[in-house]
Amino acid sequence: MAQPRTVVMVPVDADTVTIGARAVKNRFAEAIGRRGLAAEVSVLEVGSFGPSDAGVIAAVQPDGIVYGGLSPERVDRIVEEHFVKGRPCREWLLAGEHPLPDPRATDSRHTQYAGRIVLDNCGRINPENIDEYIANDGYFAFAKALSEMRPDAVVEQVKKSGLRGRGGAGFPTGIKWGFCAAETGPEKYVICNADEGEPGTFKDRLIMEGDPHKVIEGMALCGYAIGANQGYIYIRGEYKLSIERLRQAITAARAYGLLGKNILDSGFDFDIDIKIGAGAYVCGEETALIESMEGKRGLPRLKPPFPAQQGFRNKPTNVNNVETLANIPAIVYRGADWFRRAGTESMPGTKVYTILGHVRRPGLIEVSGGVTLRDIIDDYAGGMQSGSFKMAQLGGTAGDLLGEEMLDVPLNYDALEKVGHVLGSGAILIMNETIGVCDFLHACMRFFAHESCGNCNPCRNGLRWLSVITERLKSGTGYPGDIEIMEEIATVLKTAAFCPLGQSPAGPLNSALRYFRPEIEKGIDVTSARPKPDHTARALATFAG
Amino acid sequence: MTIELTIDRQPVSVPEDATILDAAKAAGIIIPTLCHMPDIASPGSCRVCLVEVEGARTLQPACVTNVAPGMVVRTNSKQAREARRLSVELLLANHPWDCNACVRNGQCELQDLAQTMGVTDVRFPYAGEEVPLDTSTPALVRDMNKCILCRRCVGVCQDVQGVSTLAPRARGFETVVGAGVGDNLCEAVCVQCGQCSAICPVGAIYEKDAVEDVWAALDNPKKHVVVQTAPAIRAALGECFGLEPGTCVTGKMVTALRRLGFDKVFDTNFTADLTIIEEGHELLTRLKKALVDKQSVALPMFTSCSPGWINYMEFFFPDLIPNLSSCKSPQQMFGALAKTYYAQKAGVDPADIVVVSVMPCTAKKFEAERPEMQGSGYQDVDYVLTTRELGRMIQEAGIDFMALPDGEQDTPMGMSTGAADIFANTGGVMEAALRTVYEVVTGRELPTEKLHVTPIHGLEGVKEAALTFENCVPDWKFLEGVTAKVAVAHGLANAQRVCDKVAKGEADYHFIEVMCCPGGCIGGGGQPRLTTNEVRNARIKAIYAEDEGRPMRKSHTNPAIEEIYRDFLGEPLGETSHRLLHTHYEKKESSLTPADQVADTP
Amino acid sequence: MTVSRIVEKHGNNRENLLQIMHDIQDAATDRCLHRDVLDELSDIMNIPVADLVGTATFYSMFSLTPRGRHIIRLCESPPCYILGSDNILEALRERLDIGIGETTPDGLFTLEHTSCLGACGVAPVMSIDDEVYGNLTTGKVNAIIDQIVENQIAAARNRK
Repeated sequence: MAQPRTVVMVPVDADTVTIGARAVKNRFAEAIGRRGLAAEVSVLEVGSFGPSDAGVIAAVQPDGIVYGGLSPERVDRIVEEHFVKGRPCREWLLAGEHPLPDPRATDSRHTQYAGRIVLDNCGRINPENIDEYIANDGYFAFAKALSEMRPDAVVEQVKKSGLRGRGGAGFPTGIKWGFCAAETGPEKYVICNADEGEPGTFKDRLIMEGDPHKVIEGMALCGYAIGANQGYIYIRGEYKLSIERLRQAITAARAYGLLGKNILDSGFDFDIDIKIGAGAYVCGEETALIESMEGKRGLPRLKPPFPAQQGFRNKPTNVNNVETLANIPAIVYRGADWFRRAGTESMPGTKVYTILGHVRRPGLIEVSGGVTLRDIIDDYAGGMQSGSFKMAQLGGTAGDLLGEEMLDVPLNYDALEKVGHVLGSGAILIMNETIGVCDFLHACMRFFAHESCGNCNPCRNGLRWLSVITERLKSGTGYPGDIEIMEEIATVLKTAAFCPLGQSPAGPLNSALRYFRPEIEKGIDVTSARPKPDHTARALATFAG
Repeated sequence: MTIELTIDRQPVSVPEDATILDAAKAAGIIIPTLCHMPDIASPGSCRVCLVEVEGARTLQPACVTNVAPGMVVRTNSKQAREARRLSVELLLANHPWDCNACVRNGQCELQDLAQTMGVTDVRFPYAGEEVPLDTSTPALVRDMNKCILCRRCVGVCQDVQGVSTLAPRARGFETVVGAGVGDNLCEAVCVQCGQCSAICPVGAIYEKDAVEDVWAALDNPKKHVVVQTAPAIRAALGECFGLEPGTCVTGKMVTALRRLGFDKVFDTNFTADLTIIEEGHELLTRLKKALVDKQSVALPMFTSCSPGWINYMEFFFPDLIPNLSSCKSPQQMFGALAKTYYAQKAGVDPADIVVVSVMPCTAKKFEAERPEMQGSGYQDVDYVLTTRELGRMIQEAGIDFMALPDGEQDTPMGMSTGAADIFANTGGVMEAALRTVYEVVTGRELPTEKLHVTPIHGLEGVKEAALTFENCVPDWKFLEGVTAKVAVAHGLANAQRVCDKVAKGEADYHFIEVMCCPGGCIGGGGQPRLTTNEVRNARIKAIYAEDEGRPMRKSHTNPAIEEIYRDFLGEPLGETSHRLLHTHYEKKESSLTPADQVADTP
Repeated sequence: MTVSRIVEKHGNNRENLLQIMHDIQDAATDRCLHRDVLDELSDIMNIPVADLVGTATFYSMFSLTPRGRHIIRLCESPPCYILGSDNILEALRERLDIGIGETTPDGLFTLEHTSCLGACGVAPVMSIDDEVYGNLTTGKVNAIIDQIVENQIAAARNRK
């Protein structure tokens, strides 16, 4: 079979679909076919390249040319110029540096493409073709484990790698696996937590859309390591394209005997099913996720027992985030030492971030733990889009707010902990001076109040009052003492709430007060006084009615 | 194995399955609780029992945290105190403050908590939106404005009773406890047992109050008002006046009722004895049909005294309705006879007789309003008061309960035996029946110690016993050598287990007693709060003591029963009995009251 | 598809409840879970109806009240908020003359808030049914709504 010499790659993900990427890709195929070039030029749908500010993109390889801001009409011109006449169409070349993933790039501005572990295939291969994944060493780790490694050696390798959970909590993955592996009993489960609900975080979606087999391989490795034969991907209902690509990938893996009974003649059985959520942020908490998988209200469970002892169907269960699992194949295939070399001491490996807010190039990057916020804004995100840097929220809505003085702290677990912050889920929201702190805090508290499961009293009631108080501060009508009450609620929530959802609002609140207290104090109307609680309102309303 | 730990610098040694709450109790430290109930799984969600555990990142709820060796607990550190106090303040912030006019004023756990925690200021304005009261059912009122979402009602409804009428709806601050699929309880599958009302810490669910109606009847000189009290009242009423659970107050109760102005103070015990005669004969007749006449007859037979249980059968096991005894409950037998037999005897126009029941039960309010219950030509029972309501009436009347002399019930419908007393306990109806049935069949007294059938005593969910008939009298010779197998279940989740077995044909019982509420009527939904297993056991003990202290302990030895058969009923299962003392039940669809009859509820 | 067929398709097991409710809701013309349907589901799956209501109302993708043919879900999360989701809400309110949680009188649109659609890279974002629309501006919102209305009219014409 003749191999096409040239490839046109169109990143089709849930973001670009909304601006017409499918139509562009189809138009390429159609125009190239019309010109009789189909044997030479193939058109591929790939995962995200990273930036999401350049409209619909298409990369032509091996020419190394990237077009941006495409529409179907423009495609016709490009096909004429580039493929028929043989000269790049200057008009729509992506301005400045282009985001083409190139492992060989040495330009410092493009280091994000070098040494990718999780996103190495994203934007390079057709996610709907298992052969392309295999051609890039896909399923090699799984085959290696099945043929050469005992399950406990896999757990050991993951422990040694120092990989920590990438969902936000940062618990060491190998240790977690060890808990579940130690449980006896034939029935265990691997769950991939793809309920990515943390606002600002969409890395897991792009991983699943761009390289679904990596997630599947990670799960299969986990199943082998801990002795589970069934995996589930719990994915939020909004991620339609991810669901589609995962389903497709599972089917392909089954057809190749990489899922199912007696995989690669090893005697190991493993299969994966998909469970779809229905809109509840709290289901990202692993025990709430399990409740939801069992068809119930997504209320977090009391711990202990932990999922490793009694999880799904009350059987030992290991729950890992998508990105965490996507790191596993590389760790098993290339070894823990290789993995450790790729990162910093406290954060081996890489971290995938989604950058958004007031920057020039919002999008997805994968970097090591030595990178600072300033690097991210200036180098990776192309600087501020407007205004000047005021603050960043690190790790989604549950994350800390960072002021200017934190711009040069390396983004890894230890360095951040030293300055009293946490890394969180991987969202980096950059804000300029147009955003008021109280205004922003109110948006955060409103979000939490809406997403509280309502089970425990401090979270259910406390978040409501935090939302009410921040709204007052936002409009400059706070009562004297509101800030102290807010601090008190935040402190109590942190120690008294049932689950991480209720505990985490203290993060944005306390850090906002740390950097922006004077601004928040301006939200108080010093001439006002807190009214005495009027609990007769109800009686009066009834009387009047 | 015991575990050594330290609480507030005191060394404590407790069993390994103890919680911090248990351990603190053992050390003489009171940790406040709200959502936690003994005997029911704790959700651990109200966060008013938080304590500091050394080494833990967050505060731990004492009610659900198990002790561990060497654990160091501080129950009143600054952090723990402040967290608990704010938790209560937050609950108060979302709870109306019309305490002075609340049915729970002075008996409210939230008030107590606020007082215990030293909450003297609430810094959040109440912002609740008025939700209308749900008064749609005969027995219960739900005021969701006052609900503080502790979910004790949900726990008891789902786990203990297994009916799951109540469940939380929505989430976050919007969460409410919903009933069924609609807005009103009457549209739901609710058996009216009222366990929710007995466990609610605040005034969010309570019995529908009949006190005013009863006062009105007592105030009306034209009315002849008679009262009956269920067996379980006497072992619990004292708790309304601060007496220890398990104090029997029969004599004071009678005097109090007389002072309230009732014309006759009778006793449901009388018709409990009568139930034994009727139900015992019904059982023997069914056995005869099955064993001698080889007819197909519904066995095992289920008791029918508990109206919550009857509702349950109509909803969940309509196919087993033929297995229910056709006997009305003692309350309804009493009502029917009060307006016929007693009216005749006393020469009072039945239209002027008002029958008031005092019941440990909210479902009895529903039962009294059933259209089937008009055997006398009138509504047999006019008003049902729960134990709690009677307590309030006595209080309102200014009666110093503790100072009352003992009184005695009026005749004839106040006369009863110890067999009737034990109707109050789980296993009691069965034991009372066996006392009579065994003697009828063999001519000899039940040969067990003190006439008790101990395998069916106690709080085990499902209990069994077997009894072989030997040397039977000629009439019942066909039972010679037959071993009667009986089962006793209490709490509907346990009843469900038995019903499932029967429905599948896996049960070889002849007779099954079911009581809707855990512990039987002494644990009824209308009893003084709170009923824990400890309280249940105390009340049960008091009832057995009452039974053992009686000169007559077998229903068929009650002379008033002999008299009523001689003068009025004729024979057991006779025509008059059939008309007044028996009934039948029908399958209920998916709501307590059909939707088209709901419209006019206030 | 009837309720029992949907249950059969996924398997009569509580674990499949969310999927079953998704399908039932999608099959309803007014995009909600009706009371009588929940009663029926309760009988089929032997789950108390109060429990079904509790589960359905926990998740924001289910509704127990009738909704319009198209469901607009506007993201109100902080990342969308700082890039102007409030203006988008205003534009939608003005265009459709309804508030959050309401349905247009013609039954065409229901407007809802959502916590996050996971498309923050192109904030502010909304979804209409299964489609996600990003980088929204006031003008774009109106064009999108116009397009849907136009398609609806064209479809109605074709049916005639």
